[in-house]
Amino acid sequence: MQVINMRQMKRGQTGTIKRIGANGQMGCRIRDMGLVPGTRITIQGRAPLKDPVALRLMGFTLTLRNSEADFILVEVDS
Amino acid sequence: MKTTIALAGNPNAGKTTLFNALTGARQHVGNYPGVTVEKKQGVYQFNGNSVQIVDLPGTYSLSAYSLEEVVARDFLVKECPAVVVNILDASNLERNLYLTMQFMEMGLPVCIALNMMDLAEKRGIEINVSALSKALGTPVIATIARNGAGKKELMQAAIEVANNKTATKPFCISYGEDIDGLLRQMEKQIRQAGFLTDTYDSRWIALKYLESDEQIVSLGQKANAQLSSQLELKTRNLSEHLFKTLETYPEAIIADHRYGYIKSILKQDVIRFRGDQNRLFISDKIDKVLVNRFAGPLIMLAVLLVLYHFTFSYSAIPVAWMEAFFVWIGGLAQTHLADGVLKSLIIAGIIDGVGGVLGFVPLIMFMFLGVALLEDTGYLARVAFMMDRVFRVFGLHGSSVMAYIVSGGIAGGCAVPGVMASRTLKSRKERLATLLTVPFMNCGAKLPVFALLVAAFFSEKKAIMMFVLTLIAWIGALLVAKLLRITVIRGESTPFVMELPPYRCPTFKGLAIHTWERTWQYIKKAGTVILGISILLWSMMTFPGLPESQGRHYDQQRETLKSTFQIDQGIIDQDIKKQLALIDKKEAEAALRHSIAGRLGTALEPVSRLAGFDWRTNISLVGGFAAKEVIVSTLGTAYSLGQTDSEQNIALSKKLAQSPNWSPLTAISAILFIMFYAPCFVSVACICRESGSWKWGAFSIVFNTLLAFFIAGAVYQIGGILGF
Ligand SMILES: Nc1nc2c(ncn2[C@@H]2O[C@H](COP(=O)(O)OP(=O)(O)O)[C@@H](O)[C@H]2O)c(=O)[nH]1
Repeated sequence: MQVINMRQMKRGQTGTIKRIGANGQMGCRIRDMGLVPGTRITIQGRAPLKDPVALRLMGFTLTLRNSEADFILVEVDS
Repeated sequence: MKTTIALAGNPNAGKTTLFNALTGARQHVGNYPGVTVEKKQGVYQFNGNSVQIVDLPGTYSLSAYSLEEVVARDFLVKECPAVVVNILDASNLERNLYLTMQFMEMGLPVCIALNMMDLAEKRGIEINVSALSKALGTPVIATIARNGAGKKELMQAAIEVANNKTATKPFCISYGEDIDGLLRQMEKQIRQAGFLTDTYDSRWIALKYLESDEQIVSLGQKANAQLSSQLELKTRNLSEHLFKTLETYPEAIIADHRYGYIKSILKQDVIRFRGDQNRLFISDKIDKVLVNRFAGPLIMLAVLLVLYHFTFSYSAIPVAWMEAFFVWIGGLAQTHLADGVLKSLIIAGIIDGVGGVLGFVPLIMFMFLGVALLEDTGYLARVAFMMDRVFRVFGLHGSSVMAYIVSGGIAGGCAVPGVMASRTLKSRKERLATLLTVPFMNCGAKLPVFALLVAAFFSEKKAIMMFVLTLIAWIGALLVAKLLRITVIRGESTPFVMELPPYRCPTFKGLAIHTWERTWQYIKKAGTVILGISILLWSMMTFPGLPESQGRHYDQQRETLKSTFQIDQGIIDQDIKKQLALIDKKEAEAALRHSIAGRLGTALEPVSRLAGFDWRTNISLVGGFAAKEVIVSTLGTAYSLGQTDSEQNIALSKKLAQSPNWSPLTAISAILFIMFYAPCFVSVACICRESGSWKWGAFSIVFNTLLAFFIAGAVYQIGGILGF
């Protein structure tokens, strides 16, 4: 079990959210979309220029910029 | 009193589709007071009663961070709808319930429409409707908005909730001991002081303080500064404590518990998945190709090109009909009205002005149809996803690309639909920066001016020049966007966090309603302003008329010419006509110079010389504010060539090439100026409307003109020093 930053996750990698280190508007937006500790996510892919990243959670697809993914720590499945 | 029902839910849950299914054509689109957020209202007939339905903006939450959320929240507390019909996407229940939790915490009577049941079933999601209803304590009705299934039952249930107000029991989620205790304390204080309690629920106010909700805190400061400060202090203490012990924030804990609560509801035998919820569906398989690293951008380019072609080529036919219609009306006025100022006003001021606005209508309709198609299928979100990295550098958003392309990012667009296309952007600052910079693109009306100047001075390098001009427009627009984003529209970029909705086949009805609504708004709002400005510009170019003596001077010339004709019968008719026309053109030139616009042009000459423009160019640039294509015709008049048609364009381009006032350097300076200066007033009217304030319209006139003059002047001066 390894905890890494979401930016470092590879395509197809799955994990569980550990911590969201953002507050204010950014934190609010991230949490509104269901990114809270305990949520399972899978990296679905990245945009052609490597940013933003698309992830899958709770049965839908969400996109985030890397600068936003930086606030999210994920415990990846081995 | 008429019962009011508010329709609320996440974006893409099917809210618009349900609203259309309920109200049909009986709907009215306006704005919420003072903001640009769209407000749709409609009437639903029910057992002989009619209920009013208000469509709230689609949101994921009820924080105070976006305009849509504030608008939705204000409507709910101020207008007190009898019931909130919360529409949920059944294929995406967990996240959709997050908003439901917030409605229920506000103590609002809620009735749930569990939509997209067909899709959920296809995805192997089984939902036990009655178990969900029991767990939430509200009615839940399964619906399929697309074919109207369940809408009668939904309205029945909603009306029952509305008529039975006492049934809404207070709804409390436990937020863990750290917060619960404090919440109770704060709630007690709030209730005792009657602090904002006439509008809001006391527990909800306390909760908003803990979430550091800016709107509520500032309302609180106004109502009772002392108590508000106490509550803020309590929040701060809690925040510090939480950060020290758990490295987290109160609002994070609140959100975690809301989701925890939702999970506990779903566990009460509410939902069952056949197969993995996150497995790849058809939509995801399509995405493997459409947002592929290599194929994705190419396909996007192709799609945008097709859209562009669709908008501008197909609309050309109805646009030509409209033009022909107004030419016909103009002709009628020409033959049936007596010569004079009134005739000129009706033809040049009113018919041309209104024709100019209505002439855009087919274009706007096609553009909105195209955008609606991309939006409803879900492709637009993919475009934003792919382009975001590029546009973010300039302080914009991935979705800005649409507005740029439509405005003339591929030369020949139009800024009016471009400004309106910026509506697809949800973040305010990025949206403003986009709609202020799209007019820099080379729209279809600037092209004839550029073509004229390029033909006159760079005839060997036509194609390459046009390409370079397109590039300059893009670079200029993006750099100005960046400049605006670090000065007047400064501020953090809005988080990108965006849903990629599954691909869906849009319905014809949805597209038609969407397109018509927007087009009608354009006709209504833009029409009135534009008629006024069109008359104003006409007056500037007409008044004051030539003084008697000069008018007589031209009359005399005509008389002499005619009398020579009578003396010498042998002369050819054609020749006389030509000479008469020449006198008319000379008179028109003199009249133009004598008018307010002409005087303005002449007065500005000392300044405009810095960029190489003489009074003739100045007048035509003033005229270009009406519409950029007017620049060519005004230049024609100013050079005594009369109103130009394509044949005379060649004459004009020759004339410019020979004129001592023009050089290749002047031409470049003029092209740059025309590219960047004030948008035409139809665009300005749209900027005012879309930004929600006339100030941004005024800003775009002043700022763009100064910027354009600075660029043109710098190029002209430096070019002059370098000896061009
Ligand atoms: N399969 C299915 N699609 C639906 C249903 N309701 C709406 N849609 C589609 O979902 C898409 C988004 O709907 P829309 O009403 O625009 O969502 P809004 O963003 O909530 O207003 C459209 O393409 C609709 O045709 C439904 O019950 N079942």
